Amino acid sequence: MKAILRSRLTPLVALALIMALVPMIAPTSFHLRVAALVWIFSLAALGLTILMGYAGQVSLGHAGFLGIGAYAVAIGPARLGLDPLLCLLLGAVLSGLIAWLVGRPILKLKGYYLAIATLGFGVIVALILHSETELTGGPDGMSVSRITLFGWRVTGALNWYWVSAGALLIGALIALNIAASPTGRALRALHDSEVAAAGAGIDVSAKKLAAFVVAAVYAAVAGGLLAAMNGLITPEAASFSHSVELVAMVIIGGLGSVFGTVLGAAFLVVLPQTLTAFQEYEQAVLGLLIMVFMIFLPQGIVPSLRAMIEERLP
Amino acid sequence: MDTPARLRPMLRAAAIMLATAVAGPALTSPAFAADPIKIGSVVSATGPSAFLGDPEAKTLKLYVDELNKKGGLLGRPVELVLYDDGGDANKARTFATRLVEDDKVVAMVGGTSTGATMAMIPVFEEAGIPFVSLAGGIEIIEPVRAFVFKTPHTDKTACQKIFEDMKARGITKIGMISGTDGFGKSMRNQCLKVIGQYGITVVADENYGATDSDMTPQLNKIKNTAGVEAVLNPGFGQGPAIVTRNYAQLGIKLPLYQSHGVASKSFIELAGPAAEGVRLPAPAILIGDKLAANDPQKPVVAEYKTSYEKATGQPVSTFGGYGYDGIQLVARAIESAKSADPKKIRDALEATKGYVGVTGIYTFAPADHLGLGTDSFRMLVIRNGDWAIEAPAR
Repeated sequence: MKAILRSRLTPLVALALIMALVPMIAPTSFHLRVAALVWIFSLAALGLTILMGYAGQVSLGHAGFLGIGAYAVAIGPARLGLDPLLCLLLGAVLSGLIAWLVGRPILKLKGYYLAIATLGFGVIVALILHSETELTGGPDGMSVSRITLFGWRVTGALNWYWVSAGALLIGALIALNIAASPTGRALRALHDSEVAAAGAGIDVSAKKLAAFVVAAVYAAVAGGLLAAMNGLITPEAASFSHSVELVAMVIIGGLGSVFGTVLGAAFLVVLPQTLTAFQEYEQAVLGLLIMVFMIFLPQGIVPSLRAMIEERLP
Repeated sequence: MDTPARLRPMLRAAAIMLATAVAGPALTSPAFAADPIKIGSVVSATGPSAFLGDPEAKTLKLYVDELNKKGGLLGRPVELVLYDDGGDANKARTFATRLVEDDKVVAMVGGTSTGATMAMIPVFEEAGIPFVSLAGGIEIIEPVRAFVFKTPHTDKTACQKIFEDMKARGITKIGMISGTDGFGKSMRNQCLKVIGQYGITVVADENYGATDSDMTPQLNKIKNTAGVEAVLNPGFGQGPAIVTRNYAQLGIKLPLYQSHGVASKSFIELAGPAAEGVRLPAPAILIGDKLAANDPQKPVVAEYKTSYEKATGQPVSTFGGYGYDGIQLVARAIESAKSADPKKIRDALEATKGYVGVTGIYTFAPADHLGLGTDSFRMLVIRNGDWAIEAPAR
């Protein structure tokens, strides 16, 4: 039992099972859309799990990378006549490149200085998307052409459900592999103590930068999928509140846990839909629930539950 | 079985979750026994567009209650299913899907921003459910989409109103000084598209940034351009107030036209005495008490203002008025279609003729899903620090 709980593949198999089950029980395409949004935001938050959970670095501007990926898919085909799928990849590369350039100076900062610097980055991206009306359509956003996968035009809730689920499975597999690799161990070492990690021969700044770049690529791919699924993107995607939401997903689900990240994303995507009954108190109830969860499950949902179950097992 | 102490807090959390999930639907279900007619809405009641979305939400709730007090529509109660997108187009899209798939609404009144509206349009077009948008962008109704209508006038209507006034005064050559913000750019483009129809030409075309604090150089250029007979300033925020001040400082005596973007008391306060004589188009609701007694919109505007201010304790705004017209148009369409079938409501909406609303008098047509003419604006002039209705020039 403990072996199953600790196995690297358990979260992946569980995730795949859930993905296969949801379309069977979802009554309408509205529910499928919500599920697809959970997969897409999970993917964005997974990158942050690598950065925050593994490497212990905070980013409060991550929606900025999501915005870069999203607008790459919007701008490429509309203004440059490129293939949307190619733009999804280009957006990921561009996002990674920007993360690398920006990350080199900012990752030298620690603690809340790093948080503020990343926050600043996110705000700048949102500002540019807002004001470069000629390129981005300004605050009203711009429409995104449909993605064609090997001659198959992706439309409809069910198709997008499978595309986003597939993308998340691949993303989760990569994240789990990174966690088990020497890089993953190095990241956890510098998470615990940068001095000790450096003493053990780990190139601390290079590893931090690598985690930042990987996290940016995850967010960009998620942003690209989001833009293509909605067929429209607005600068709101890159907003500060979105960045905070991504961080909250990682923390609520459980820092450093892949399955927890998906649960955290599900929590923040599904809950607002069930809380609409509270109308104007919706935000307050959402905040209250987050507080309740953090008080009773301080490690996040998945790690706290795992610890409890492991303790009770012989 | 004893609950282990360590699991107890967890169970407590789970119980709260369960309670919210169970209590949730119970809170929304209406007290009516008859099968209600469901009208959907997604507005930005919170977030950066809350100053638009909040009065819209309050107006919709207020007038759906009014409808029910009068016995509902077609003898059935009306239920408003209202969601708040928080200013996020992605959330708006999700709620739109929910309205169509889950709530099964027969019509939709909402979409606070052009972005949110554009994100939701495909959902309603695909489902064949009429969607009355409350956002300004002209791309919502151009090109015309079968199921999409909107209530707010566009920048184009404002441009036409201004040019009508200029033409009546025999003005043929103007200078333009536009803001480079979203509003200024959009209005400038719309104005340039229709200006030819009025035989007016732009002989000086200047612009300024949204945060510029001095427009004297641009205005000097316009002043020194031969033949300019009037100046038009499409802009939003504090830019037009600075233009107005600089205009007076330079002693330019030509008529100055501002846009509907500055139709608020704060513009008069910011521009000070320099605002005297400035002309601008504005919706009737801004000057409800000054409307002529025989103005068809006067009673509608007065009723809305009284009801809204009594119910909410807040002053009315143009934006709430868009919501008022949206819900009234849909209610009238359901009545005249004698059916709550979405396609019949759509047909009845398109057949709307001469509905007198807060924003203007609507007459839809297959090629016109805005249905407002230039008479939805009143030409105002600022006199003694207040709005005055400008008698139409002959």
